[in-house]
Amino acid sequence: MQLAYANYLLTIKEKTEMEMINIIIDNKPVKAEKGQTILKVAREIGIDIPTLCYYELDGVNLENRPGGCRVCVVEIEGRRNLAPACATEVMEGMNIKTHSLRVVNARRTVVELILSDHPADCLVCSKSGKCELQSLAQRLGIREIPYQGAQSTYRKDMSPAIIRDIDKCIMCRRCETVCNVWQTVGALSAINRGFEAVVATAYEQDLVKSPCTYCGQCIAACPVGALSEVDQTRQVITAISDPTKTVIVQTAPAVRVALGEEFGMEPGTIVTGKMAAVLRTIGFDYVFDTDFAADLTIMEEGTELLNRISKFMAGDKTVKLPILTSCCPGWVNFFEYNYPDMLDVPSTAKSPMQMFGAVAKNYWADKLGIKREDMVVVSIMPCVAKKFECQRDEFKVDGNPDVDFALTTRELAELVRQFNIDFNAIEEQDFDQPLGESTGAAVIFGATGGVIEAATRTAYELFTGKKLEKVDFTELRGLEGIRSATVDFNGTPINIGIAHGLANARQLLDQVREGKTNFHAIEVMACPGGCIGGAGQPFHHGDFDIIRKRHAAIYREDAGKPIRKSHENPFIQALYKDWLGEPCGELSHHLLHTHYFDKSKHIEIEG
Amino acid sequence: MAKIKLSEDKINKIKEICSSFGNKPSEVINVLHKVQGEFGYLPAELQDVIAQEMKVSAAHVYGIVTFYSFFTMTPKGEHPISVCMGTACYVRGAEKVLDEFKRELKIGVGETTPDGKFSLNCLRCVGACGLAPVVLIGDKVYGRLTPDGVKDIINEYR
Repeated sequence: MQLAYANYLLTIKEKTEMEMINIIIDNKPVKAEKGQTILKVAREIGIDIPTLCYYELDGVNLENRPGGCRVCVVEIEGRRNLAPACATEVMEGMNIKTHSLRVVNARRTVVELILSDHPADCLVCSKSGKCELQSLAQRLGIREIPYQGAQSTYRKDMSPAIIRDIDKCIMCRRCETVCNVWQTVGALSAINRGFEAVVATAYEQDLVKSPCTYCGQCIAACPVGALSEVDQTRQVITAISDPTKTVIVQTAPAVRVALGEEFGMEPGTIVTGKMAAVLRTIGFDYVFDTDFAADLTIMEEGTELLNRISKFMAGDKTVKLPILTSCCPGWVNFFEYNYPDMLDVPSTAKSPMQMFGAVAKNYWADKLGIKREDMVVVSIMPCVAKKFECQRDEFKVDGNPDVDFALTTRELAELVRQFNIDFNAIEEQDFDQPLGESTGAAVIFGATGGVIEAATRTAYELFTGKKLEKVDFTELRGLEGIRSATVDFNGTPINIGIAHGLANARQLLDQVREGKTNFHAIEVMACPGGCIGGAGQPFHHGDFDIIRKRHAAIYREDAGKPIRKSHENPFIQALYKDWLGEPCGELSHHLLHTHYFDKSKHIEIEG
Repeated sequence: MAKIKLSEDKINKIKEICSSFGNKPSEVINVLHKVQGEFGYLPAELQDVIAQEMKVSAAHVYGIVTFYSFFTMTPKGEHPISVCMGTACYVRGAEKVLDEFKRELKIGVGETTPDGKFSLNCLRCVGACGLAPVVLIGDKVYGRLTPDGVKDIINEYR
């Protein structure tokens, strides 16, 4: 039904396309496309009408436009009331004033009223300096809050990954839109009415009792500090300060193309070497790379894929195809809750972060001759759900987790600032060996389509026994929500599906459940663009160009790598030779694979 | 794995109501009306079943239940009391009458007495402004009420 509606909107758009009308904005005559909003037309000609509740990710067709905050109001000649620019379409002959005296005064009052029910915690708020409400108040020159009415207060909700401090909520409903439209998770909804209205979970329970996947896109969308990630920087500093602990850090592929933004660099700047250097300066004992474990994941997941395909071709009808990737912890939480009947379909391979943890606390601890309790593994992730993933019981040995703390890209930037490191000036350094060596295939794990492209590079050579001439599978790349391609494995067609965003994943999964697809493998990532658009990345405030630039950078980093196929990573080869034996072998099965749980809600008949 | 426990009869009744509305997400409000009519109130477990049947999130159902004052998550009393807080009743002292009900019954708005006899709610205008302030108990209308009269009225039902 949703799809039919989208098509309907599309036909309307096509019909009206190119129909241009004449309007006047701030005394400037403008030719505008009919059906466009005043906000969009104004932005196109460089007039910046401030907004607050409005949120758009144009690259993935996501829009939150409740028209509720009234910050974007403008004056239209001949109309009695001011109109919200985000929700008002342009019409022939419209004469619009975006910053008239009346508008400026109204806008100011609107923001003063919002501030009257907002805690003045800016000094210690995690969002301070990146808060859209704060910058709006500054931009409008607000120096005092004249309205001293009631303030709404709520219980603070602490989950393993996300903190909801709803006293700060301004009811923009962006989180509700991403949770329900982009992710179809349905953890959040607006409840109550009037002054009591707020975004909450069902029955106002804690997030842990909701279907929340901890993808954190609500945090990425939140204009204020009402939603934030659990900050673990203090625990990491404590671990580094402890002389009895060996502290190891691993960095996810998507971090290196976004971290620079926190220090004023152009989005898409690759800062791999600087990142390694700052981590060493902060005091980590070994600076390793999650990319190493991504190569390992390809060995395991690729082998699993080939095993399933070979069995299927040999006539085994019990084999589960397509195989689903399992690197994305938001996605894993999602299918555990929504597809409990399909828990045997996803790959059993752990995510690269957890594989790294398992290798570090078993193989590397052994090499160093230390106990696993004396090793602390920290990961730097573009992701909020990783904080939940590393706390899963199945990733612990006698209560000691394989990965102790998962920091976001933003938290690493905080550490860099706290340690007064000049990020722009620091000389580039390399990762430590052996767990720091990786290939181009591992780097592209950070973008949608990257995991399956990396798997294809290796699976092709293992399956056909031939050398792959062209490693770039451009047909698997892109930013459309759902993509599919057929790759020719020397005469055998392999059908691949890709989705980013859990709404898109749900569409594919529903088709799989009904047996309507012929895919051999499907890759899913929860966040827009994949991990590059992860909820732990520097805030993009709805500017999708930032995600596009990170996307391009990921593939630039891949192209610049001397080795671009996971199975050619010499340290991976050595790891199998020295320790693991073979991919999907006994030790791998024990350490590098996992299993899934039914987390759905069941209706039971009262006994 | 979270469990919802309900009797088979209740589950079947809810399923029947949902399917009578074609299990369409757009019909959730109508379903809630019917289910509340059937069971008297809408506790969380019922909302969970409705959410599953109507293929919407429990948060969405809860959002609707908390938005409309008609829906209630606590069982109504044997004698539901509704105090009109419409403009006419309000200016003629409805709030003082409401306070007296709260004091006499020791419950707040939206609550039910522990013995299940009375529940207290507010509503906006019953169209009898000439009798302001107005209170409904069950289907019976009481007009021109003063705080002094509240105790006697309650005693009629005790």
